[in-house]
Amino acid sequence: MNPGVLTVYRWELRKLRAQKRTYLGLGAAALVPIIFVVALVTQGDSPNDVAFGRYVHDTGLAIPLVILLFGSFWMFPLITALVAGDIVASEDRHDTLKTILTRSVERQQVFAGKALATFTYAIAAIAVTGAVSLDAGILASGFNSIVSLSGTRVSAGEGLVLVGASLLVYLIPIIAIACIGLLFSTVFRNSAAAIVGTLMFSLLVQLIGILPGLEGLGPYLLSTQFNAWQGLLRSPIDWAPIVRAAWVCALYGGPALIAAGLVFLRRDVAGD
Amino acid sequence: MAEPAPIEVRGLCKRYGELIAVDDVDLTVEAGDVFGYLGPNGAGKTTSLRMMLGLIAPSAGSVRLFGRDPQASVKALRGVAGFVEAPTFYPYLNGRVNLDLLAALDGDGAKGRIEEALEIVGLSHRAKDKVGTYSHGMRQRLGIAAALLRQPRLLLLDEPATGLDPGGMRDMRDLIRNLSAQGMTVLLSSHLLTEVEELCNRVAIVREGRVAYQGSLEDLRRQAGSGYLLRTTDDERGRAVAEAQPGIGDVRVAPEAGLSFSAESESAIGALSLALAESGALTLELSSRHATLEDLFFRLTEGEEAETAKRERALEGAA
Repeated sequence: MNPGVLTVYRWELRKLRAQKRTYLGLGAAALVPIIFVVALVTQGDSPNDVAFGRYVHDTGLAIPLVILLFGSFWMFPLITALVAGDIVASEDRHDTLKTILTRSVERQQVFAGKALATFTYAIAAIAVTGAVSLDAGILASGFNSIVSLSGTRVSAGEGLVLVGASLLVYLIPIIAIACIGLLFSTVFRNSAAAIVGTLMFSLLVQLIGILPGLEGLGPYLLSTQFNAWQGLLRSPIDWAPIVRAAWVCALYGGPALIAAGLVFLRRDVAGD
Repeated sequence: MAEPAPIEVRGLCKRYGELIAVDDVDLTVEAGDVFGYLGPNGAGKTTSLRMMLGLIAPSAGSVRLFGRDPQASVKALRGVAGFVEAPTFYPYLNGRVNLDLLAALDGDGAKGRIEEALEIVGLSHRAKDKVGTYSHGMRQRLGIAAALLRQPRLLLLDEPATGLDPGGMRDMRDLIRNLSAQGMTVLLSSHLLTEVEELCNRVAIVREGRVAYQGSLEDLRRQAGSGYLLRTTDDERGRAVAEAQPGIGDVRVAPEAGLSFSAESESAIGALSLALAESGALTLELSSRHATLEDLFFRLTEGEEAETAKRERALEGAA
């Protein structure tokens, strides 16, 4: 079989498994929920001012939802950027693009493999957070029913499905962030600049959201899409924010991904 | 129909703003050649190689490898391998895993050749160590192993002996000689004349991005040729006498001092000696002189014209 995107993808994952930053990101994704639950258990208090915050002692299902809310400010953008911002730039750091681009895979296949590996890592990070926060939450607060944002009580089983679906919806803006990280990684050719750049972009968009006079932009900001999953926790389910998140994130991530691809395809691999 | 040449480069240029790194290079490497691409550092050798491998786009001109365009598709690199500057690998993976990765990107049964390639370059015993712990020489050898995975018919090597100790340089040359003996065409970029002289049958000498000479080493040696060196009490007059003398040619100001010329026979030398004495330009030194390949290399890469013009101006000033 001729090598192609799948070959590059498999090897990109293999490279990620051999790098510390991957474990740093996934470790943070696992550790933060544990620290949160330990703090809840030891302090007995609850974050009442955020959605589902008041239920954290009633049901473990509330824990991943609160983590998703907290994590959207900088934690998940940073965890995503850790790999997205590095995946091309690390080839520049090690000067290895010339090594892999003189084999038998086309540049577009290399780029596609890298993009897929980045998305896989981002999905893994959210999955790890979801799994760990659910496990830790259920251990600490039990597997009980949860009250939706509309005030109706949802059974534990149905709540679990909704939490899973919320994690999936949360991936939409995460993938957009990953695309922006990839763009910065490709353009800056420097991991630190790309990671910080992605995080700054994410924070800047949040800043625009709180500027007076710009409230109208709110629904179209990338940061707002991190709350789209809350539509699932309403009765009946409100699909509007989820649909909006899909196209708004596509507008952020799509051009970034295309631009990154074009830069990667056309760049001179000229060394330092 | 005859197979296209392993490398055909026509009118190749690479400009970075005002800087012209490669300037209108034409190059043909025939099957079986060990072709030396020789020039001082900064002459544009690596940039040319990067264009040949499709890593950077030419500003003008074309490259064909076995008739295929490496700018259009990586398929043009079928049967081609090599490296530019020092070969690079993932330092956090071991040598064998690095080759595994590259073999996967090669396909075509390359994975099955890993052990043999490691054996050839003498790295089997360190294959399980991370590349980050390898010396420069070991990375060079791993670079050759990575190239061999592709079973190349054409090998492009950029300064493969740079940074190696004398033993490593000898091993590298032996390896290239062996690969060539097996029928591989090799393009060897180097700034070391001795290396090229030892390994190559054909050579292109580049200077400031341009090819100053291209042809066989034999022809180059002939061009270097032999001649005579003459110093007189009055070189200006001596030159005029020599130029007028039958059987004497190529009279020019010698790089070191005096004049150099070629002679058809020894009797022409005798006649010149007499004519010089009669003209009043008394002979201080008249000796046979064998120009080395090195002389010619420096003349081609550093510019004989400039040197000669400088000396001629100095002579005119003295007169």
